[in-house]
Amino acid sequence: MSARAEIDRRSFIERLGGGILIIVSLGPDALLAQQRRRGYPTDVNAYLRIGANGRVTVFSGKIEMGQGVMTSQAQMLAEELGIALESIEMVLGDTDRCPWDMGTFGSLTTRMFGPALRAAGAEARAVLLQLASEQLGLPGERLVAANGVVSVKDDPGRSISYGQLAKGQAITRTLDRKAVLRSVSEFTVMGQSPLRLDARDKVTGVAKYAGDVRLPGMLYARLLRPPAHGAKLVTADTSAAAKLPGVVVVNEPDLVAVLHADPEAAAAALAHVKAEWTPAPPGADQDGIFDELVAKAPAPEVKETKGVLDGEPAPGARRFEHTYRKGYVAHAPIEPHTATATFEKGKLTIWASTQTPFPLHDRLAPMLGLDPVSVRVITPYVGGGFGGKSAGLQAEEAARLAKLTGRPVQVAFTRGEEFFYDTFDPAAVVKITSAVDAAGRITLWDYDVYFAGDRAAQLFYEVPNARRRVFGGSSGGASVHRFAVGPWRAPGANMNVWARESQIDIMAAAARIDPVEFRLRNIQDERMRRCLQEAARKFDWKPAPGPSGRGFGVACGVDSGSYAALMAEVQVDRRRGTVKVERVVCAQDMGVVVNPVGATMQVEGCITMGLGYVLSEELHFRGGQLVTENYDSYEIPRFSWRPGAIETVLVKNDELSPQGGGEPAIVPMGGVIANAVFDAAGVRLLRLPMTRARLKAALDEAPGPKSR
Amino acid sequence: MKRPVRFRVNGRPVSLDTERDRTLLWVLRGDLGLTGTKFGCGVGACGSCTVVVDGKAVRSCQASLNDVQGREVVTIEGLAREGTLHPLQQAFIDHGALQCGYCTPGMLMNAYALLALNPRPVPEAIEKAMEDNLCRCGAYMRILVAIAAVSREGGRP
Repeated sequence: MSARAEIDRRSFIERLGGGILIIVSLGPDALLAQQRRRGYPTDVNAYLRIGANGRVTVFSGKIEMGQGVMTSQAQMLAEELGIALESIEMVLGDTDRCPWDMGTFGSLTTRMFGPALRAAGAEARAVLLQLASEQLGLPGERLVAANGVVSVKDDPGRSISYGQLAKGQAITRTLDRKAVLRSVSEFTVMGQSPLRLDARDKVTGVAKYAGDVRLPGMLYARLLRPPAHGAKLVTADTSAAAKLPGVVVVNEPDLVAVLHADPEAAAAALAHVKAEWTPAPPGADQDGIFDELVAKAPAPEVKETKGVLDGEPAPGARRFEHTYRKGYVAHAPIEPHTATATFEKGKLTIWASTQTPFPLHDRLAPMLGLDPVSVRVITPYVGGGFGGKSAGLQAEEAARLAKLTGRPVQVAFTRGEEFFYDTFDPAAVVKITSAVDAAGRITLWDYDVYFAGDRAAQLFYEVPNARRRVFGGSSGGASVHRFAVGPWRAPGANMNVWARESQIDIMAAAARIDPVEFRLRNIQDERMRRCLQEAARKFDWKPAPGPSGRGFGVACGVDSGSYAALMAEVQVDRRRGTVKVERVVCAQDMGVVVNPVGATMQVEGCITMGLGYVLSEELHFRGGQLVTENYDSYEIPRFSWRPGAIETVLVKNDELSPQGGGEPAIVPMGGVIANAVFDAAGVRLLRLPMTRARLKAALDEAPGPKSR
Repeated sequence: MKRPVRFRVNGRPVSLDTERDRTLLWVLRGDLGLTGTKFGCGVGACGSCTVVVDGKAVRSCQASLNDVQGREVVTIEGLAREGTLHPLQQAFIDHGALQCGYCTPGMLMNAYALLALNPRPVPEAIEKAMEDNLCRCGAYMRILVAIAAVSREGGRP
């Protein structure tokens, strides 16, 4: 680590106050990556501007894609600065106006950017108090700042507003001591659940997404796309398309596009482009990919070893070996990747549906041969991301086309392009060998994961003999995956936790111990024990070894610094192989909760979306070629699939700074549904998704409801 | 072939001199600048482009101008009247029935058509009517609660 990075890191930690926890939960790699770049600025003016009218503009490099951070960030700033939520205007993801940020992913906004934003608010409030003290000629102890006004404690009639103090100017004064963040007991805005700041725009159609930007002379682009993954362009003849009225053609070696003022006309013109492609190389079918993954896996990274793996089994101990497999899963946001770009007077401005405006900015500048200050990325509302809007091919294409044509250009992926270029959650394999003794204690845990990485794989069960090996991460792996892969809501964690929690349940059932009791017997971690106990209370869990025929399941996981225990009740239609989820209870410990209803909505979203990767979602491909093109061949959860009830318990833990909320509850979904299906029907699939066909086949083979 | 197409959008007359086989969605979003109606899938599978034509929910990505000639089209921009939100819009806000918001206009227009047809649908009827509108964020439960809240109040035609 360079000296410079070390200084940045130290000043960053100082700014965070209680930041040590955050650093631990984030992991050093991501933090250092951020430090190596720019880190969050120390100047409060980077985060906020107080207008003479008292309105406060807040700047954040994070983006709003549905997770509610427009509102929760405003709450954090309002709390620390001492202003009403209504006086805030949020500016998000604009590279010209907002402080640098590495991107909106990993449930990091509240736990990582939140402390910096809060510190800025607290510092600004302290400076305003100092200014007021001077102007009123009174010591600071006699003043109180709230609702955008500094007033005299024993003479509330005497006051001066933030707007009068700041006069719309930048705050140039610095404090001689660090401003103290408000404590939970002082909160008036944090910990509340105000209505979403983006809701009115979104219900009226006013909310602007990247495709809603309209510029004079704008052209819609349709791009020539390969017929299959791995096919390379030999030649493209655009002459016929170029003759069509109003059509502009771009024919570069790696960028062939037709553009028109009407998107339908552009699409029609694309049909006139004649292209020759190399044949795509052969590849696997969707069920054959798993052997290929294991065969081609790189040497493992050994993450943990303790005890003895091949020791004599204890008397009465039982050993279990299972292999778990999961297919590729798409992000499938309802808004396809879209970008609108304009190149004027040597400066590129682009509105993009992206989770990573600053990294996109940093790619576009050298790509276009522009100085970094000549590129501005603006992120309007993003119509769902889930990790998939980090790549940004559409933005690169729009930027290049705008520069090449000299006209504003919009690139909006079709649904087919959306599936073709998605960075899928990778197909993955987990192999587990475990053992349980006669007392129901886990004695062995030998864990190998292929291409799902290590996220959420750390064992919180107490096991004396354990090894964890990671063969290939959840991103990259270009030599093994035909398709692009990348982060998908809690990358890799869904796979790891489904495999682990299934294996735990298999052992509990074999030991004839209730699965909740089995977990509590093997877990000492207090946060997880509390989550399990709170979930059991809410669910009214009555102990019984599985399969009990009731259709009850439990699973738990740790992700993004938060703990989540889920319990579910399902009904299995043995004849049709369908699963109806009656009820899901989630107990989640996420530290201090900034917005309880917002957090609850994220839990509900996790649980509902999670049903997809559990029950239906999988990319279909034959011979290495994607067959999936649209929602008719890729089933995402629908209204009728939603659980009859989703009940969320936010486990109180005000001692801990706010942790992640966008992902933790989706992580145990595979396990909780798989375990509930087993409890209902006595069958267990070691393959996700548990499609109707696969479940029906398993049920047909199983002798009866209670058998194992 | 260009022939004038006349229809009404959100209560206002529209006359366009354009090809009648053009898709309604792109005419709304392009020619008329009504970008609240969203493109999601292009095959009528997701419902984010839903508008209401003569009281019925229509997938605007599957409708041409021919289909709306002489008809009344309502889009998300026409739901609030003189700055007053439609009860469905208010209920979506109050019940947190949205996240990313991209499917929201289609959800609202589909629900609007349902309530126009049946002002007091039972929950099963709401679910059935909404089934083919997709929300990737998983706000289904709250969307149904929001619609049911308006349904109990009898909605507004």
